Amino acid sequence: MEKHDYYHEHSHGYGIYILVWLALLALTAITVTIAGMNIGRFTVATALIIASVKAYLVLTIFMHLRSESKAFRVFVFVALLFLIISFILLFTDYSFH
Amino acid sequence: MSSTDQVAESHVHRDDVASRMGMWLFLFTELLLFGGMFLLYSVYRFEYADQFHIAAKELNIILGAFNTAVLLTSSMTMALSIVAIQRNQKTLSLVLQIITIVLALFFLINKYFEWTAKIHHGIYPGSEELLSRSSGEILFFGLYYVMTGLHGVHVIVGMFLIAIMARMTRKGIITHNNYVRLENIGLYWHLVDIIWIFLFPLFYLIT
Repeated sequence: MEKHDYYHEHSHGYGIYILVWLALLALTAITVTIAGMNIGRFTVATALIIASVKAYLVLTIFMHLRSESKAFRVFVFVALLFLIISFILLFTDYSFH
Repeated sequence: MSSTDQVAESHVHRDDVASRMGMWLFLFTELLLFGGMFLLYSVYRFEYADQFHIAAKELNIILGAFNTAVLLTSSMTMALSIVAIQRNQKTLSLVLQIITIVLALFFLINKYFEWTAKIHHGIYPGSEELLSRSSGEILFFGLYYVMTGLHGVHVIVGMFLIAIMARMTRKGIITHNNYVRLENIGLYWHLVDIIWIFLFPLFYLIT
């Protein structure tokens, strides 16, 4: 039964991938346009936020995280959390030098 | 086990979920590999903000954006090839996999022209031209070559892996009820895409 459900869950249509692709291209166009404008110190933050949205779309739709069991999402969350922790620790250390 | 199809399958020892889980675990090690480099990048960018800004102006934004679009498109064709195989459309799946390989090759060719143009201008690690510049610029180009280079190696590996998948699809090893290999290579390919999604703004879009 489980296997049966799995195949059903994974059978997205072609449409959603094309939609996500269009969204990714649009976001790329937006990030290039924003970089061309001069918004000073918000430039990096905006670029990183847009890149994160793009990565989220790829992870959930292209990489099927949305339809995987919860264990997968927990795994990815923990992996990303530790990456963020290492960034925080590094910059905490760095700012006291 | 509701259908005859699945009864036949139950004789085969296979665990697709565990297989994909294994692939994800491998992807986490890739995350650490690139994550370490992004850490290095972020500290140096913080330390040499102005010099990174000057150095980044020399990169071609249009070429970078174009390559981003190429890689995003290849990710889509990869995802679509899995839908096709799920629906037992073997030829379509095969065509989509080949398009993915062609797009990857296209990405690499662009990268080749980008790198050779830089090298032609005397900008490569250890060159006299580069060493005469500020330390921030040297670091920027050092990171640029190492990070886009390592990413490029991943693209080359991905091309070979997708080619193996195409061969397996053609030979009927990957079928509509046994396509976890294709899914796993797809996962790898999307990770390569995600890394580029971050590399692009961090190297090309510093203004």
